[in-house]
Formats: sequence, structure tokens, C-alpha cells
Amino acid sequence: MDIILNTLITLSALGVVLAVILFVVAQKFKVIEDPKIDEVEACTPGANCGGCGLPGCRGFAEACVKAETLEGLYCPAGGNEVMKEIADVLGLTAEEKEPQIAVVRCNGSHDKRRKTTTYDSALSCAVSATLFGGDTDCQYGCLGLGDCVEVCTFDAIYIDEESGLPIVDEDKCTACGACVTACPKDIIELRNKGKKSRRIYVSCVNHDKGAPAKRACDSACIACNKCVKACPFDAIVVENFCAYIDYEKCKLCRKCVEVCPTGAILELNFPPRKVKVENTETSEIEN
Amino acid sequence: MLKTFPKGGVHPKENKFSAGKPIETIELPKQVSIPIAQHIGAPAEAVVKKGDQVKVGQLIAKSGGFVSTNIHSSVSGTVLKIDNVLDTSGYKKTCIIIDVEGDEWLDSIDKSTELNTNIDISVDEIRNKVLDSGIVGLGGATFPTHVKLSVPLGKTCEYLIINAVECEPYLTADHQLMLEKADEIMVGSQLMQKAIGANKILIGIENNKPDAIKIMSEVAKKYENIEVSPLKVMYPQGGEKQLIKALINREVPSGGLPINVGCVVQNVGTAFAIYEAVQKNKPLFERVVTVTGTSLSKPCNILTRIGTSTIELIEAAGGLPEDTGKVVSGGPMMGKALSAITVPVTKGTSGVLIIPAKKSSRPKTYNCIRCGRCMNVCPMGLEPYKLKNMCVVKMHEELQAERILDCIECGSCAYTCPAGIPLLDYIRLGKANLNKILRSKKS
Repeated sequence: MDIILNTLITLSALGVVLAVILFVVAQKFKVIEDPKIDEVEACTPGANCGGCGLPGCRGFAEACVKAETLEGLYCPAGGNEVMKEIADVLGLTAEEKEPQIAVVRCNGSHDKRRKTTTYDSALSCAVSATLFGGDTDCQYGCLGLGDCVEVCTFDAIYIDEESGLPIVDEDKCTACGACVTACPKDIIELRNKGKKSRRIYVSCVNHDKGAPAKRACDSACIACNKCVKACPFDAIVVENFCAYIDYEKCKLCRKCVEVCPTGAILELNFPPRKVKVENTETSEIEN
Repeated sequence: MLKTFPKGGVHPKENKFSAGKPIETIELPKQVSIPIAQHIGAPAEAVVKKGDQVKVGQLIAKSGGFVSTNIHSSVSGTVLKIDNVLDTSGYKKTCIIIDVEGDEWLDSIDKSTELNTNIDISVDEIRNKVLDSGIVGLGGATFPTHVKLSVPLGKTCEYLIINAVECEPYLTADHQLMLEKADEIMVGSQLMQKAIGANKILIGIENNKPDAIKIMSEVAKKYENIEVSPLKVMYPQGGEKQLIKALINREVPSGGLPINVGCVVQNVGTAFAIYEAVQKNKPLFERVVTVTGTSLSKPCNILTRIGTSTIELIEAAGGLPEDTGKVVSGGPMMGKALSAITVPVTKGTSGVLIIPAKKSSRPKTYNCIRCGRCMNVCPMGLEPYKLKNMCVVKMHEELQAERILDCIECGSCAYTCPAGIPLLDYIRLGKANLNKILRSKKS
């Protein structure tokens, strides 16, 4: 009996003493955190994607609370709604930003861009890019090994098996930019999502001259300048043998898409065109 | 007991099919593409333009900085254009493309084969000649030689080590050069010795080349302070740090250069190129390339002009076998698979290796089982399996602490890995990324 009693007394005494020490230490070294940080963090999506440039959502919340204005702080995953919530919590105003989305600027699917070599080392674009220009003649194009898929926290990008190119899921992509930094070929770009998700962009980053570019890929930009001439808004520039459409200036008139001889300019989510010539042809056949 | 380096190393099958085949010259190509970046450092700047007439040995691109060198025309003819051409790196790089017309050499080049042992020439003159002639390390690393010949202030050089190891399987270019040009190599070495002020020249040759050891030892007796050392066959003994350890048992500190331990290492091919540059006034525009492979009908050693298309060398060695799976520029261990067989030969091309389709694909990759073989064979004492994982998750600070920059990229780890993991490919990526970070921190 004595043993049990002694044990109980010693352990209880020990417990009380340690509890007191712990309490004192906890009071003495208390970290006083702004309760607003928790509130702001609750507003964020909590995906810790790093799209804001800060270490995770908590880091972003801390930066927001510390900052005097919300300028330069933006949660791409949450978008304007989340920023408005955060601004309300902090009593600040958030700048509105046009929603963005990642676009893959390579159109060289397997049928358009013929393979010239076989690659059989590590299945990583970054490793492949240190070894050679790619398994086709285009050294600028997509390698199709899926480094962008690997880094996406939102499951918003996948490699299409038929074309071998990454495809961005419009509903899931938050424009956090993880894929942009992961791509060793700088193919992925964040562009304005556009009205009704309508976008026009040059889906090629080939900086070779026209002839070798076309030899390597059927839908390469050959820097013919037709789109530049067709654009009524001066939104297109050709630099280093490759066209680029400035999304701030582009008014989505689609004139460039029509004149592009190789189909390097893509239009997304537009309603089908009313093509007059085709209509008359079909009606003739019907007659 | 023969000397070798103590740590790591592998011994792949030697397969020296072209050993003993005399160095031959082939018909001049119809067109050459000479890259302006054939060396480590800044690319050279082209000094010719479309339509210019050039002669053999004429300067066509001049050095673009201290760590850079000159490039000379290897043929006579007209500059067709300056364009981007696929090179060994697998990317398109700027090349000067010349249409060949005749074979007209510059008058200043001494074409005689007479041996000139007179080395009564000032140190500065040697260095300038080496820079003017565009000489780079011909072992494969292509580091500009004039930089190596300028010993930094406060450092002294005791030994000049001539690297005649040729530890890569298949390659025999240096071996054959030693058999045919032993005297020239000795004079070239003496010129280098003079430039760096070394007391002694050590020539390291692996024991699988007994004829070369014999000839070189005999010839060395004619000159002062030259010693030929036979070495045990072990890859990568041709790495300068391994060779220094094997020959004089000194260890180059991590991140240091051979000069830190009082020596300079030069390839035997470089010694010959320096002889030709200084004694014969002949810039570096041709080199010996081994064309070899198990399926090739006529493996051989060819003295070829820089800029010649790889396929022309293969044609000279009996044509491309039907079952070819891979064409490698360099040896099987450190060489690089070519993206196209039209890639031009550069100053760093020591061999062209044809690998049949059956053997060209990599083994299936399995998970690492931590067997530690890669650690056992790493000549630098690194832990490749660990480095690979760190490279994948981008732990760059830890990579630096694990001395990833000491990796000499010999490929022993990937060669020995039973799980078929391309360890070196990952490590190269990690090195490149870490170097990028360090550079951006500096600037």
C-alpha cells in the first residue's frame, strides 16, 4: 500500500510543481499575435500555393496586417472577392485586378511537331532542358514531361495524351503562377482572363526565323507580320521572330486570328464565326 | 603496385577497337559549320561576314573576354552565312558556315613536318601565341589554355602534369597521338613548363597503353625533367583532381584549383596543339577524333578539321550501321548523345561513338534502395543518391553544404546504379540551378 501511496503523492507533487513552472513560463514568454491575422487567414483560400510571393497563406495574412495599404499584396488564388473580404477586415481598400489565367504558349502537338529524337532520361522538363533542346526540331517548344502538372496545387493543369501538350482547366486555374516558374522553356504565361473567358494569344514562342520554325512545327509563328498589319489597336509586336499580343491593348476583334497563315494565334471561348463563303457553298451543294 | 586514386572509380569494359589504327586524314568536307562558342567562357565574336573569302588558319572570330579564345577557319573558301546550327549541346548556336574552295593555307603556317626543339622564346610570347592560336583544353572540357598558363600572383607551380590517361572507354585519339607525335608532345610540354615555371613534368599514362608508355619513356630520356608514370586502369583517372592524387598524392581542396597544390594539368592533345602553335605557327583548326563503336565496320582515328559534320567522319569509318540507336560525341561515360548527325566537330570533340539500338536505351528506372553503390564509386566522396533527392525538391543551400559543386560529372554513379536512376542528370540540373543562385547573389 505504501508504495502506491508514495508514488501517488510524489507524482502529484511533481505534477503541481511542473504545472506552475509551465504556467509561469507561458505567461512570461507569451507571443502576442494580432487576432486580425487569424481573421485574415480565415478569409484566404488556405491552399498555400505561394502565388502571392509569400510563404503560404499565414505569411500573406501577416503581411496584410502589417502593411499600411494593400498595394502590392494580392491573392491570385482568391481573386478580388477574397481581397475585398480582407480589406473589410482590415478597414483598408483593396485594388481590383483583372482576373488572370495561365496560358500555354505552344501549339506543337504530336501531329504538328514531328519527333526527331527519343528522350529516355528522367521524366522532368527541367532535367531534359539541361540535356538538349527537346525531342523535336523546335528548341523552344513544350517538352511535355509535366513539370507544370507536378507543381499545380489546384489540379488545374494536365497533359493531354493525344497532343502531348498541357491543358489548363479554366475553372480550377487561379493564376498563382507556380507553373510559370516551373516551366524551363518559359512557355506558360499569365494573361487576363478576358470577358466571358474569351482570350486571344500567340501560341508559340519559337524565336527561329520563319523557314526553320515552319520546318520544325506546322503551327509555329513564322514572324510574317500579317497579324501586326491586321491589328487595328497596335496590340501586336513581333520581336526576335515571334509575335506577341499585349492583352492590355487587345480588344478581342479576332482579325489577327483570321490572317495568321500557320494558325499560331489561338482564340478561346468565342462563339463560332459566321462564315459567309462557306454558307453559300453549302447552300449550292444543297441546291 | 601501380598508382591510382584511392577513392571510388569504376572500370568499364575498355573496348578500344581503334587502338593502333594510324591517324588518317579524310577528304575535305564541302561545307563546314564552325561554332563561335567551342570553349568554356564567353563566346568569341565573329570578325568575318557573309561573302568574305577566308584561308585555312585565318582568324574568323576573336576572343570575347579573358576566359574566351580565338577561333580560326579550318578551310579555305567563302563565308556562306552566319546562322544558328544545332551543336553538341542539343541547342542551336551561332555558327560561321563556310563553303569550301580548294585548300589554301595562310603563308605564315609552317607546313613542314620537321621537328623543332628550339624553345628559346619568352614566356609572354608563348602565352600570346597560345591565345592567338585559340588553344583550349582538348581533353573535352575546352577550358582556354592561356588562362591556365597564367599562374596567379603569389602562387608557384612545381609540377606540370600531362594528362595522357584517356580513361574513357573506346577513345584512342590521345593514345595514337602519343605513338605518332611523342617528340612534338615533349616539346609542347616543355613550352608549357616554361610558361608556368614548373620544375618537373609528369606524364600519367594508364597501363592499358603499354606501347605508348614505352615510346613516351624512351623519348622522355632525350629531354630534361620529364617523367612518365604508368597508372592503374581506373575511370575517372583523367579527371585532373584524380590524376593529381594518383601521381603526387596531393588533394585539391574543395572549390580549389590544381594550382592551390602547386600543379597545372594539361591534356596530351593540348601539348601537341601548343607545339604546333608555337613552333609551326599553326592555329588550332584540326584535331584527332576517334570514330568507333561495336557495330562500326572500320573504327579509326581521324585528323579532322573543326566544323566538319559528324556524319562525314562516320562515312569515313565505314558508314552509319543500320541498327544505330545513338551517336555520342565524346566517350561513353561523359559524352553527349547527339540530337542530329549533322552536328559539327568542335575543339572539344574527342570521339564519335556509335551505339547500336539494342544497347542505346536506358534501363528501366526503379526506386532507390539505398544500396550505397553510388557513394562507393564517387571519386569525389559525394553521396549522389542524396544529392539527387535534394535536387528534386530544390534544397539548394543543403546541396551547397553537401558540396554538389565538387561533382566532376564523371557519371560513375549513374553507371553503377542498379535501379537505373539517371543520377547525374539530376545532379547536373541541381548544379546549374545552384550556380544560377550563387551568381545572382554575387551581382
